[in-house]
Amino acid sequence: MTTFLEMSGISKRFGGVHALRDVDLTLEVGEVHCLVGENGSGKSTLIKIISGVEAPEPGGRIVISGKEYPKLSPVYSTHCGIQVIYQDLSLFSNLTVVENIAMAHHLGGVHTVNWSSMRAIAMATMAKVGIEVDPETKVSELSIAGRQLVAICRALAADAKLLIMDEPTASLTRHEVNTLIKLVSDLKRSGICVVFVSHRLDEVLEIAERVTVLRDGAKVGTFAAAAIDGSKLSHLMTGKAFEYQKQVPDLAVGAVVLEVQGLGRDGDYDDVSLQLRAGEVVGLTGLLGSGRTELALSLFGMNPPDRGTMALDGHRVVLNTNADAIRRGIAYVSEDRLTLGLILDQSITSNVTLTVLERLAGAFGLIGTRARQSHVARWVAELGIKVSDPNNPVKTLSGGNQQRIVLAKWMATNPRVLILDSPTVGVDIRAKDGIYEIIRRLAREGVAVLMISDEIPEVLYHSHRVLVMREGRLTADVMAADTSEDALRQAVNA
Amino acid sequence: MPKSRFASFGRFRRSHEFWLLIVILVLCASLGAANGQFLTMQNLFDLLTSYAFVGILALGLLVVLIAGGIDISFTATASVAQYVTLTVANAYGANWVCVFAIAIGIGGTLGALNAIFIQKLRIPSIIVSVATLNIFYGLLIFFTGGKYIYSLPDWFATGIFWFEFDWGKDTSYGVNLQILALGFSFLFTWLLLNRSNIGRQIYAMGGNTDAAQRLGFHVFGLNMLVYCYMGVMAGIASLVQAQLAQSVAPTVLVGKELDVVAAVVLGGASLMGGVGTVLGTFLGLALLAILQNGIILLGVSSYWSPFFVGLVILISVSATAWSQRERRTRSARP
Amino acid sequence: MRNASTLALRGRLIRLAGSGTIATLILLLVALWLVFAITIGDRFFSVNTLQSMAFQMPELGILSLAMMLALLSGGLNLSIIATANLSGLTIAFLLTHYIPGTQGIAWAGVQVLAIAAGFAVAALVGLVNGFVIAYLGVSPILATLGTMTLCKGLAIGLTRGNVISGFPEPIVFIGNGTVLGVPFALIVLALCALPVALMLNATPFGARVYMIGSNEKATRYSGVDTRAVLLKLYVLSSLLAGVAAVVMLARFNSANAAYGESYLLVTILAAVLGGVDPFGGFGKVGGLLLALIILQVISSAFNLLNLSQFLTLAIWGGILIAVAAVPHLGGKAPR
Repeated sequence: MTTFLEMSGISKRFGGVHALRDVDLTLEVGEVHCLVGENGSGKSTLIKIISGVEAPEPGGRIVISGKEYPKLSPVYSTHCGIQVIYQDLSLFSNLTVVENIAMAHHLGGVHTVNWSSMRAIAMATMAKVGIEVDPETKVSELSIAGRQLVAICRALAADAKLLIMDEPTASLTRHEVNTLIKLVSDLKRSGICVVFVSHRLDEVLEIAERVTVLRDGAKVGTFAAAAIDGSKLSHLMTGKAFEYQKQVPDLAVGAVVLEVQGLGRDGDYDDVSLQLRAGEVVGLTGLLGSGRTELALSLFGMNPPDRGTMALDGHRVVLNTNADAIRRGIAYVSEDRLTLGLILDQSITSNVTLTVLERLAGAFGLIGTRARQSHVARWVAELGIKVSDPNNPVKTLSGGNQQRIVLAKWMATNPRVLILDSPTVGVDIRAKDGIYEIIRRLAREGVAVLMISDEIPEVLYHSHRVLVMREGRLTADVMAADTSEDALRQAVNA
Repeated sequence: MPKSRFASFGRFRRSHEFWLLIVILVLCASLGAANGQFLTMQNLFDLLTSYAFVGILALGLLVVLIAGGIDISFTATASVAQYVTLTVANAYGANWVCVFAIAIGIGGTLGALNAIFIQKLRIPSIIVSVATLNIFYGLLIFFTGGKYIYSLPDWFATGIFWFEFDWGKDTSYGVNLQILALGFSFLFTWLLLNRSNIGRQIYAMGGNTDAAQRLGFHVFGLNMLVYCYMGVMAGIASLVQAQLAQSVAPTVLVGKELDVVAAVVLGGASLMGGVGTVLGTFLGLALLAILQNGIILLGVSSYWSPFFVGLVILISVSATAWSQRERRTRSARP
Repeated sequence: MRNASTLALRGRLIRLAGSGTIATLILLLVALWLVFAITIGDRFFSVNTLQSMAFQMPELGILSLAMMLALLSGGLNLSIIATANLSGLTIAFLLTHYIPGTQGIAWAGVQVLAIAAGFAVAALVGLVNGFVIAYLGVSPILATLGTMTLCKGLAIGLTRGNVISGFPEPIVFIGNGTVLGVPFALIVLALCALPVALMLNATPFGARVYMIGSNEKATRYSGVDTRAVLLKLYVLSSLLAGVAAVVMLARFNSANAAYGESYLLVTILAAVLGGVDPFGGFGKVGGLLLALIILQVISSAFNLLNLSQFLTLAIWGGILIAVAAVPHLGGKAPR
């Protein structure tokens, strides 16, 4: 094997903070290498150094294909064949597939556009990758998976030798992930080195040959994927022995709070019947696109079902808006915390009070400053949120604390049914525990919790009962004690 | 490839421009039927001449909007360019090349100023252009006292009249300065946006600035170009307007910025950047022109013309938003 | 030395005012006052000068409040001036055509009814704006551009561009009278600004407006009927334009389809100068009022110095750029 890139002694400081400390990394031609680490472990800084966006501190060495560089620039990196596909894909959704793939053609000097040669480049790369879309389609009309393939095509058209993909599977369905994995192994065979950055440990192990683990800006080590497993990896990432174990309070069987019968909505899901009891944590798992989020939105009054009935405490209800749902004690924590769950630019206070404004209002419908402050102080204390000043924008908080703000916002509405959609996405492993603790506490207090997640261990070990959704239908309803990770995985992917 | 041509027609049929074209054709047909004057050569030439000023500015604004910015200082830029250029021409003598060079130079400089404020001081373009509109305009009137210039160089007042041909009994037509400048602006803007790599970079940058930066676009340079282009168009438009009005009136242009905005956005350009076409802008301009012209030809008092224009703008933007919403809700459910 | 103490003062003011923009504005105002006190002297502080400032501010102030509401929600209201003129003409028409005699209950009643009718017209325009923006999803700049042209067109069409003038004395008093030396129009501005400030800072509705301005979708997911909030907001914005209409027609003792058109962009300038984020979500009435006072002080001082009002315009623009650039000069990341 030949080495494509070798880095040693790479450090990076931002102000007084060490983002990277003396990191080494070797990438071979034609290997699939995974880079894992928690938020803030230095993964993205390392990628930025490889792509030339950031310069390392003096003293580091970067050797690409045998040639040494003191530092890189985006131009050098591209020239050496390094291509990064960021999580947001950096595509131009207002332009066609052809233009996106052959975008490099537009760069450099001033010249006329040679549409036919651009089209030829695009068609050739598309054939290599195996996508079949009209090349004149606008990228905005493609699915997420389609866009990802276009991004890969663009990298290949720029003659990539090293392809770095940042969280490429985060919004793909299982089927699409499989396609991607197959494509990656094709690329590997043609001699391209692929670096995967991912937090989905099972995928990491499935796809990679070697795994490099970063923690707090330092390299923990590089391991052969075959010699490592999921719990070992998370141990390496957190420095803490971490093992999933059943962590639900004993089920004190309460009354049925929410009952759904024969619920269906064209194109989303159909024939869904389920019961949620007070004090029960019910896990709902299924692939992206299985209809789980659409179902959750229907229960929250935002995606009205076409047929079927819903009953709260045995009384039939029809929810026309989410305000109806909230009034009746249903709360929904969205999977998209950054754009739907929180209003990032606004203050912590504004976010926490948004759902209970009417209740905080006193005489003449006015909300006093003190009422706001004491409400926020109460919830910050109750959920142990680390907040220096509640008037700071909520975006200044860490992922874990942000999620606690979302929980505070909904717990303040006194929900009887709490729907959590992927509650620990983007939350560090260490901070996840805190979220689970809050869920357990809510269950003990008699809230019926529906926890949606595509991480099977998460639903298995933190729920009393597990539902599996596939292609819009509930296909399994089992007690967590009576099933296993493998059985659930099979039910999800079957 | 007949198949691909079908596909591209299918795309066109779903586009904003297609619906605009239908509306305009229907409007033309009914106006033509109602009044024989409408579909005459003379009316067409008159329309092009009187809408050249708005049209040239609209093309500059189109480029700015595609790049993801906005500029409303162009009326002030035009006023400054017009006044300075014709004052110079009166004092020192000049020819066509000279006046256009001066007007373009002034427009480009003022546009560059906008770009520097926006890019170097990181102030949103809407704020900058509201501010520079007041600065350019305020200083112009302060220094000139708002006095009109009525005496223009003879050759300028006479204008250009090319390809003269007779029509009917005693009327003759030709390509005048206004039509020439409008046509040239359309052609050049179309070439810039669709046939040069710079134009495609402008589209890309307007669609996704972060990605453009990552791919190594020269974002500052592109913005500089875009705002200068707007300024240059303002310079050209200002001369076209002065020649038509046969005078320079420093106070009459400012206040017309929203007419230009209306033409461009009716043509389908988005204020979010990355979207908009030269054809669309032409159609947006044509719709406004035909509407106002048609109202007069139908014998409705010209006092009512803004009312109908407002009605058409409101209905058109509502219908567009409605149809896009329908499409979004449908495509949201696979 | 002086620099250090200004910095310390600025820090203290920031803490006091709770916002960088407001502190900057207060400093600016103090500086302007000092400069004009030196260059103009006593005349600048005479009762006459102060009163004339107080007479000129309210129209622009109320219109700026109307613009600010739309800006806070992440929108824009280009139709405020046209709405004000249309509702002003409605009031003027009723006052000049249906007024019986020169006193009595009917005489007073018609004046009240005329103003009510003006407000109704304004509210109707606001409903159209709100409906088109909130329920049809048209971008605010396009929607209000349409209603602006429509309202102006209606006003021109109905009046053929003519002026309607000559109103009863109580109406004229609104624009020209004083109460204990305070111009009545200034009191009207206060009566608008206070409730708006209270509404924005201390009611559920106000809190929702700010949240919508930052992220409408997330606000909807939090159980807020964002469409209803936007509809109400545009009606309120229009109603403020209606109040401005009364002040305007009272001050000029006339109404016309094209009064005050140059105010439109100035209201945006004032709001942004006052710290309103042009993309929505942030801004306080206090900041706006400070900005208005700054603009008025410059204008009045230039008037006393016999400098052109157009130079005032240019200086206003320069100050807007300077103030907008301040947050970025300290190395703070741009939005």
